[in-house]
Amino acid sequence: MERLKADVVIVGAGIIGTAIARELARYELEVFLVEKEADVACGSTKANTAIVHAGYDAHPGTWKARLNVRGNAVFPQICRELEVPFKQTGTLVVALKEDEVPHLYELLERGHVNGVPDLEIIGREELLCREPNVNPKAVAALWAPTGGIVNAWELAIAQAENAVENGVKLLLQQPVTRIELEDGRVRTVFTPDFAIETRFVVNAAGRYSDEVARLVGQENFRIVPRKGEYYVFDKRFGHMANCPLFPVPTAISKGILVTPTVEGNLLIGPNAQDLEDKEDLRTTPAGLKEVLTQALELMPDLPVKDAITNFAGLRAVAKPSNDFVLGPAPGVPNFINAAGIQSPGLTAAPAVAEEVRDHLQEAGLELHGKKKFNPYRKRITPFRELSREEQAKLIEQDPRYGQIVCRCETVTEAEVVQALHRPVPCTTMDGVKRRTRAGMGRCQGGFCTPRVAAILARELGLSLDEVTKKGGASKLLLGRTKDILLSEEEAEAHA
Amino acid sequence: MRKIECDVAVVGAGPAGLAAAGRAKAAGAGRVLLIERDRELGGILQQCIHNGFGLHLFGEELTGPEYAYRFITENQAAGVEVLLGTMVLEVRPDRRLYAINRRDGMLEIQAGAVILAMGCRERNRGAVTIPGTRPAGIFTAGTAQRFVNMEGFMPGRRIVILGSGDIGLIMARRFAWEGAKVEGVFEIMPYSNGLTRNVVQCLHDNDIPLYLSHTVVEIHGQERVEGVTVAKVDEKLTPIPGTERRVPCDTLLLSVGLIPENELSRDANIELDPVTGGPVVSDEMETSLPGIFACGNVVHVHDLVDNVTRESWLAGEGAARLVQGRQPRGPLLNTRAGEGIRYVVPHRLHLANLKERETTLYMRVREPAEHVRIEALLDGEPILSVRERVVRPAEMVSVKIPPGSIPEGRTATELTLRVVKEGERG
Ligand SMILES: Cc1cc2nc3c(=O)[nH]c(=O)nc-3n(C[C@H](O)[C@H](O)[C@H](O)COP(=O)(O)OP(=O)(O)OC[C@H]3O[C@@H](n4cnc5c(N)ncnc54)[C@H](O)[C@@H]3O)c2cc1C
Ligand SMILES: Cc1cc2nc3c(=O)[nH]c(=O)nc-3n(C[C@H](O)[C@H](O)[C@H](O)COP(=O)(O)OP(=O)(O)OC[C@H]3O[C@@H](n4cnc5c(N)ncnc54)[C@H](O)[C@@H]3O)c2cc1C
Repeated sequence: MERLKADVVIVGAGIIGTAIARELARYELEVFLVEKEADVACGSTKANTAIVHAGYDAHPGTWKARLNVRGNAVFPQICRELEVPFKQTGTLVVALKEDEVPHLYELLERGHVNGVPDLEIIGREELLCREPNVNPKAVAALWAPTGGIVNAWELAIAQAENAVENGVKLLLQQPVTRIELEDGRVRTVFTPDFAIETRFVVNAAGRYSDEVARLVGQENFRIVPRKGEYYVFDKRFGHMANCPLFPVPTAISKGILVTPTVEGNLLIGPNAQDLEDKEDLRTTPAGLKEVLTQALELMPDLPVKDAITNFAGLRAVAKPSNDFVLGPAPGVPNFINAAGIQSPGLTAAPAVAEEVRDHLQEAGLELHGKKKFNPYRKRITPFRELSREEQAKLIEQDPRYGQIVCRCETVTEAEVVQALHRPVPCTTMDGVKRRTRAGMGRCQGGFCTPRVAAILARELGLSLDEVTKKGGASKLLLGRTKDILLSEEEAEAHA
Repeated sequence: MRKIECDVAVVGAGPAGLAAAGRAKAAGAGRVLLIERDRELGGILQQCIHNGFGLHLFGEELTGPEYAYRFITENQAAGVEVLLGTMVLEVRPDRRLYAINRRDGMLEIQAGAVILAMGCRERNRGAVTIPGTRPAGIFTAGTAQRFVNMEGFMPGRRIVILGSGDIGLIMARRFAWEGAKVEGVFEIMPYSNGLTRNVVQCLHDNDIPLYLSHTVVEIHGQERVEGVTVAKVDEKLTPIPGTERRVPCDTLLLSVGLIPENELSRDANIELDPVTGGPVVSDEMETSLPGIFACGNVVHVHDLVDNVTRESWLAGEGAARLVQGRQPRGPLLNTRAGEGIRYVVPHRLHLANLKERETTLYMRVREPAEHVRIEALLDGEPILSVRERVVRPAEMVSVKIPPGSIPEGRTATELTLRVVKEGERG
């Protein structure tokens, strides 16, 4: 076991952990970002609605309410610095019946208290003019111009890349299994391969943040996973909604909505179901039906036959507070929680990172700004977004741009190769998919899987049957042809 | 940007593109350019190492690569030019193409006529919405076929196949011969979706069970597939509660249908038939955009390569006629899918062609039936009737209309095809 020394260890590399890592990278600190999976952004961050909420939902006084509006305000700048796809589309809450209208006013009022700018109630005409595919029965809507859509996992990857470029050390496939205390303070963090002696720990372990808190004896909250299921529709239908369209919210969720994604697909979901199992990412017939039925209420002409995939995400709901758990663990001043970050956690992430920084400072961490901090990160330029002339120029510079690997999303070999050689290691099929969109289109990897796998194997020096979908035992292929026959022959020979 | 001019540009070099390019050249087109994104010619045939190709056309049972090879050598001798590793990104209505490859970079190709022969792709899990987890080990049958036959790797060792499309049946046999355990083929319909000969040769001969009226209702396993739950379905194709059964496996193959690959056509605003998923075509195989032709699986999904070749010859011929100013003139009539028929290709026929040459109409029936007649009605009046002992949705039906079936001087607007039960009067 290798011994390391750190000022801060961040547990978990979702949107929260990576935001904190990037924030701390601004200072002269030795920071380790420790993640149990083979890649960053593998938790809730990879399966959510990816809406940058305006902030009218949460009840005033909660962390959710305070940090949502603050986070929203800095999104445009962060996404510009990190070159992450983000569109400030605005959002609409649609009242389908007269008796839902009072609820819009309630949200409007709550939004005012939370400090959400420029909220407005619009009438039926205006709504149908902006969103011609909305159910014509709609009567009114709440318009929140500061809402938007973002690529959530790309933002987490970008934050991690930028943090690493500014000196943060990333440890992948290293679950934190034990934390050693000394005199009521965290002293050493253990993973299978490392013992990290550290001055501070930040708990950003998402659905497992209660279990990580248990490692220092904190028992006063637990995480209930709350599942949400989705359908994704073909890009041809992305235009059917111009911005996220919410129904009037229910007691436990913002309701099943219809939204364009920032990459141009149409997305519906999520439902909300409380579970026990933190890994239960199954989609279910009942859940998918619920999603479809309710989404059809909002948009009767949904292209039901053109769904390209379905998936589920798990929210990390902290009980009993039902709010973010932020700040030092009781009695362990150098263990700071950023736990139970449920929706609107993606939106709040930049503000959560600032809160955590302030807590660390209060707890005694000195913050000396780095002179050389570089806030910018260059993305992998998507070939598909360029003009024919620009494309021609790129192929001249690098012939690998002349080789299309994913036909649906027009991804080139050059992009895949770049994805494999960036500051955050990418070693899996899903990793390539999230960085380039190869496999995210309408054929869902039918065409590109053999091609991406071959590039991955070549670039990382693996055999094709060592390539995994998402690390661990998720091997794509189970050996070579003739293996079974040869081993049977051998067995017979022995017998 | 390199600029190229040619008489006929063919997009895709599967059997459709190969036949179309060769025939265009033979029919007198000058410069014919065949463009293929893969590293070799032949399209899907290159991974079909089983035999059964060319039975109708050559009276021989060739493998896929052998079948392709005949056309490849013929084209070579005739002087068809080939661009390999070249992806066509865009087809403009004015017959300008943009394509890329590693060597030439971006190519701008101005063609007199364009033939679309991009083939089809497989429907995936999303298209059939199978609930459950999302582990490694779920493949479309064609992708698995490529891994096994072209790369030499095994996607799995214990296999469940959903859907009884031909590729799934062929892969069932391929896996069995590799020593893998094939737990069964599960088909939601009460009948197989593959050719009878494949059900017999691939499943029966290898003791692989075929479960009709069954589907996969859930996928299990976090990292790699660990099993699936299958269930019987009722007449409405909904799973029947209580019939669920868990089948352990490490791989799920999907053989649940093919979709013509019409991204390029759609972007060019070519009219598509919602039933076939391919372009609406005339008997010259010309699409709604003048000078742009289409043939093969991009038009409608074929089960036999021989039909692909025949249809593509028409496209090649049509394109050559166009660049030489020899296109047929005069009125067109529409074909229509009548009772029991799902679709008919081509969609429009030149009266002039109908009178001069044999016209083949390709169609699929809606449901299996025995002892039927396929009837052709010209504006409601029967002109032809063919007996079929069995018709099945999985097997394309073709009806040949001999030259002269339409009286001299007769005009018409619609030719309807329908299925009539033997003994009943139409
Ligand atoms: C269905 C759904 C819809 C949502 N929609 C929105 C939305 O539209 N807008 C919005 O703002 N928010 C939304 N959210 C909320 C948002 O997605 C989350 O708040 C956010 O992703 C949480 O990020 P995180 O970093 O806390 O958690 P995660 O992304 O889950 O990251 C936690 C990480 O910690 C790692 N980890 C766990 N245990 C350990 C350990 N012991 N050692 C090392 N690493 C460990 C995990 O592997 C994981 O990578 C939604 C959430 C869900 C589930
Ligand atoms: C697995 C399988 C098994 C079969 N078994 C049999 C059998 O046993 N007997 C039989 O008679 N028939 C069989 N068939 C049917 C027959 O072979 C197919 O119908 C036939 O191959 C279709 O020909 P195609 O040229 O239209 O399409 P394809 O063979 O798919 O060719 C299309 C070509 O176009 C290329 N292309 C697509 N888009 C572009 C672009 N934008 N730029 C450049 N190139 C592009 C593709 O790379 C491909 O090479 C089988 C089919 C399959 C899929």
